[in-house]
Amino acid sequence: MIEISNLTKSYGKNKAVDDVSFTVQKGEILGFLGPNGAGKSTTMNILTGFISSTSGTVKVDGFDVLEHPGEVKKRIGYLPEQPPLYMDMTVNEYLNFCADLKSVPKKDWKNQKVDIMELVKITHVSHRLVKNLSKGYKQRVGLAQALVGTPDVLVLDEPTVGLDPKQIIEIRKLIKALGKDHTIILSSHILPEVSAVCDRVVIINKGKIAAIDTPENLSKKLSDFSRFTITIAGPEGRVRDAMQEVYGIKYLETQGTSHKDEFSYIVEADKEVDVRKPLFNKLAEHGFPILELKSLSLSLEDIFLQLTTTETKED
Amino acid sequence: MFAIMKRDFRSYFNSPIAYVLIGLFVFIMSFIFVIGTVQSGQADFSNGFSFINTLLMFIIPILSMRAFTEDKKQGTEVLLLTSPNSLASIVIGKFLAVYSVFLVMVAFTLMYPLVLFIFGKPEGLTILSSYVGLLFYGAVTVSLCVFASSVTENQIVAAVISFILLLVMMLIDALANFVGTLGSIGSFLGKILTWLSLNERYQEFSSGIFDFTSIIFMLSFVAAFVYFTIRVLERKRWSQG
Repeated sequence: MIEISNLTKSYGKNKAVDDVSFTVQKGEILGFLGPNGAGKSTTMNILTGFISSTSGTVKVDGFDVLEHPGEVKKRIGYLPEQPPLYMDMTVNEYLNFCADLKSVPKKDWKNQKVDIMELVKITHVSHRLVKNLSKGYKQRVGLAQALVGTPDVLVLDEPTVGLDPKQIIEIRKLIKALGKDHTIILSSHILPEVSAVCDRVVIINKGKIAAIDTPENLSKKLSDFSRFTITIAGPEGRVRDAMQEVYGIKYLETQGTSHKDEFSYIVEADKEVDVRKPLFNKLAEHGFPILELKSLSLSLEDIFLQLTTTETKED
Repeated sequence: MFAIMKRDFRSYFNSPIAYVLIGLFVFIMSFIFVIGTVQSGQADFSNGFSFINTLLMFIIPILSMRAFTEDKKQGTEVLLLTSPNSLASIVIGKFLAVYSVFLVMVAFTLMYPLVLFIFGKPEGLTILSSYVGLLFYGAVTVSLCVFASSVTENQIVAAVISFILLLVMMLIDALANFVGTLGSIGSFLGKILTWLSLNERYQEFSSGIFDFTSIIFMLSFVAAFVYFTIRVLERKRWSQG
């Protein structure tokens, strides 16, 4: 649905976006993750045709954004970081204006407006002036604006920023629901948000892509070891000796004890070798029962920090 | 195009700006009408018409200063520029919105000829040609001021730029007169400047001279400034700095 290839945008010597390429499949929710100033908004502004790239191409549904801007813009609903609202209009007037702007046929608009307002829950404020709405409602009106004209693609730049926790959950739910029949690109610097909502994640730092994958795969890929905690009944020294005999275990650390003769350990092992079975057999051989075994995958937060900090070291 | 025009036009009347400016305009024009026409007892409002463009020099910059600056400030520029409308239609929409407010303003002046027709025998054709001149001259002024609002993000700066551009347009006449006294080359230059002078062309209309080349000249001027405005927006999109 969306193909971005070798996209670069320079401001003087500074590259806000540097050779970014990725694709988004139809119906996918793609998370665009990065620290502030990483180039998320710039990429989105290029994608929606608000600014032009220095080089590289963006195609939406096969249309190049530079060659057929009209076709591309028709297919995209955009919610920029600051919702583009006219403060002197009522919500109703504003949405009517958006429909006019996007040339939504009059006969479709009546029903569509009712649907959109229901969906983002702004029906009861439709007669109020935009400037008198709270931040959360302004955000919703902005989202409603992006939905006008039923575009296939939604580009949402930090849709939950500045909202209270309850509103954040609501907006996330809404995005998840919209994902059923829209292709969505969503930017955020909040990690749990991306892992909660998105099918795939693009991590961007200093204009460059640091990683693209599903949130789960990212955690798997990025840890060089498989890590887990294991709780074993048995005297510490002998258990450790037994475990160290198992092939593939690289690191062993006693984490603590909860009962007498029950210790938990953190084990790191080669990713290629599944050490859990040999470990079980070895411990069974010595007669130390395993009480608990839990794998520790890196959280998205860890990955994010790992990726963005290694990038900094390279510079 | 019409969506933007409609919205901006309404927005002028949602805020005090249109009322204040129109009120001021009508007040000053009525003052001139009473002093210049009613008291002199002549069914002639040409002095009023020849004064309008000076008045517009102050009013149109204030009216048009919001055209693009307001959108930049509110962030609604993104909404317009990412909508499936061409830059040209956005700029023309903005232009038409300001121009419509100008037309409302002009509509109020119709009461003066009406009074003249009721109480005297004014020259209908002169008044007609004055209005034709006013409509085109207004378009020129508006296009210039809308352009000024596209080059800056600050309303005041936009108004000042507009005012200076309009002032320069006025001063071309004085410059032409001055240059005209400086020998043969000077008088040639003076003629060119006079030919370029929009004020001169406007004054011809208000004295009843109906000139088609002037209309075409003014229309080209409007088209040029609409085009410049489009270029400004386009350039910003491509900006590398």
